[in-house]
Amino acid sequence: MSTDITPGTEATPGTETRQHTPTSTRATHTAPNFWASVWLVATREIISRLRSKAFLISTGILLLIAVGSVVAGGLMSANPSTTQVAVVGSAGAVVGESAGLTMVSADDVAAAEALVRDGTVEAAVVPSDSLLGVSVIALDSPPSSVMNALSVSPTVELLEPAEQGGFLVYIVALGFGLVFFMSALTFGSTIAQSVVEEKQTRVVEILMSAIPVRALLAGKVVGNSIMALGQIVAIALLVGIGMAVTGQRVLLADLGPAIGWFAVFFAFGFVMIAALFAATASMVSRQEDVGSTTAPVTYLVMIPYFLVIFFNDNPVVMAIMSYVPFSAPVGMPVRIFLGSAEWWEPVLALVILAVTTAGVIVLGSRIYRNSLLRMGGRVTIKQALRG
Amino acid sequence: MLEIRDINKHYGTHQVLTNVSFSVGAGRMTGFVGANGAGKTTSMRIILGVLSPDSGSVLLDGQPLSDGDRRRFGYMPEERGLYPKMKVAEQLVYLARLHGLTTIAAKRNASDLLERLGLGERANDLVEALSLGNQQRAQIAAALVHDPEFLVLDEPFSGLDPIAVEVVLTVLKERAAAGAPVLFSSHQLDLVERLCDDLVIIAAGEIRANGSRERLRDQFSTPRFEIHTDADAGWIRGVTGITVIDFDGGEAVFEADSDAASQQVLREALTRGAVHSFGHLRPSLSTIFKEVVQ
Repeated sequence: MSTDITPGTEATPGTETRQHTPTSTRATHTAPNFWASVWLVATREIISRLRSKAFLISTGILLLIAVGSVVAGGLMSANPSTTQVAVVGSAGAVVGESAGLTMVSADDVAAAEALVRDGTVEAAVVPSDSLLGVSVIALDSPPSSVMNALSVSPTVELLEPAEQGGFLVYIVALGFGLVFFMSALTFGSTIAQSVVEEKQTRVVEILMSAIPVRALLAGKVVGNSIMALGQIVAIALLVGIGMAVTGQRVLLADLGPAIGWFAVFFAFGFVMIAALFAATASMVSRQEDVGSTTAPVTYLVMIPYFLVIFFNDNPVVMAIMSYVPFSAPVGMPVRIFLGSAEWWEPVLALVILAVTTAGVIVLGSRIYRNSLLRMGGRVTIKQALRG
Repeated sequence: MLEIRDINKHYGTHQVLTNVSFSVGAGRMTGFVGANGAGKTTSMRIILGVLSPDSGSVLLDGQPLSDGDRRRFGYMPEERGLYPKMKVAEQLVYLARLHGLTTIAAKRNASDLLERLGLGERANDLVEALSLGNQQRAQIAAALVHDPEFLVLDEPFSGLDPIAVEVVLTVLKERAAAGAPVLFSSHQLDLVERLCDDLVIIAAGEIRANGSRERLRDQFSTPRFEIHTDADAGWIRGVTGITVIDFDGGEAVFEADSDAASQQVLREALTRGAVHSFGHLRPSLSTIFKEVVQ
């Protein structure tokens, strides 16, 4: 996961044999282990999060939205909407062959017009002398659904058929974008607050004297990543179960791999975001300043969300997004869902993301370490990097 | 023994510590005194590994101090603080575990210490719900909960009520008696003078004086004596090699050119009447401090 956080560079248990002045009642100090410290810090982060009412409520709302959207999607696909048209006389024969139209019989053209005017029907199809033998009457604009239903189109053969429809792609892209954006922001700002809390209350100096700074940072990142990933997995499971229950199994089969990859990309992407939040937050000493110092990271999280909303039907933008580390957790799963990614593409994107994450951790822990004891004003990037 | 060797540290263009070297002997209470900004906190942070020095090293029994060794230190930073939204006992257990204790040992130590500090009933309160005095006690508990074998305390007595001061004093003495090196800084020079075996005086990032309290007092003492007799002591002015500094009835303070001259005064005084006290006047710590830091 990282090149910086490796147990081997820390005090190894073997160096712990020196005893200074052992006294009989003294509790034994076990050999310090880097990952044991990380786990202690992570556990504290998780427990304090689980005890926060605000966290529990916001998680509940997020899960409800996820389940709600699946159920709503199921209901909509179960009741395809039909358009009502009034038909007069022989026109019924033409309309009768068209899917998606429901006929309402009218006695004559005037009666049909009346139905159009009072909104009972979308349009009226009446016999006429024209080439088709019928004409369409509508209120204020050409009724596209009726026109489409009555039109005769040539057979189209697609050489590379898209696997998913446009609207569904939009919803799925929006879903990945939203979940990434919400989770990364929620848990990222949680890390930021936790870092500044330790700095503001000065408890950080005691922590630094007990464990390596990197263990402290890693513990925060690990703890919050577990929480974030747990939330993502819960959402994924609920969406999967929801789809299975509401009879959207076909969609589930298409969406399953994309959701799986999303979870994997999210795990790495979030660690990177978390390290950035921790590093930038460590540069200030008061909760009031967290917002401004972490703003650049917040933008990084928001950009993929907006890109995926506006460009989910643009293959070039999506292809770039799926490789850029900050947007890959959203871009690549969407492309997998679209079926436009080769099998090796997610693997390559994941490697790029993992390497970037490792680099960000190295940089972030440097900033973090150099900033923690600088109280008062905001630490500049230059100071934080130079130490 | 804890040795600090040739430590240098700068922030930007400001040299904070210059070739700082001193040692804290096993079982010795060492007082670390200096004005604000002299470099005490920076030195202590470097000992604890919270800061890295530009150069120099910290040795424990001749070997470089490792992260593992540092876990056996009890450290009270000058800037106090605990997690406000964590329960007192839980927080102590957490800190003890970070220092490498097992959960069982951590819980036992935390509850023992809280009882001893009179916080037993507040163990399950949030830190932010405690009064300031009780928060200070919780802070002491945080420095001691892992049964440290070495103590480095930055201004441990500032802001403490008298009862808490006594508790801290007892613990410091206990640890020193058990053979642990104890280093603490304080602005209360009288307290340091009373408690310390050794002294380290720092000014402007340099160690100005360093050694056992008695040796320092000898080193900085002038050949000045005080005598208290029944009879009027005016005659002392007439003794050769003696300069009287202060004189009031039977009491006098004088400087002697030689030991023989001062002994001559004592012999003469005895022939004139009862001598209640006679002694070499040695400077107080605050006198030494003023002299050294100038």
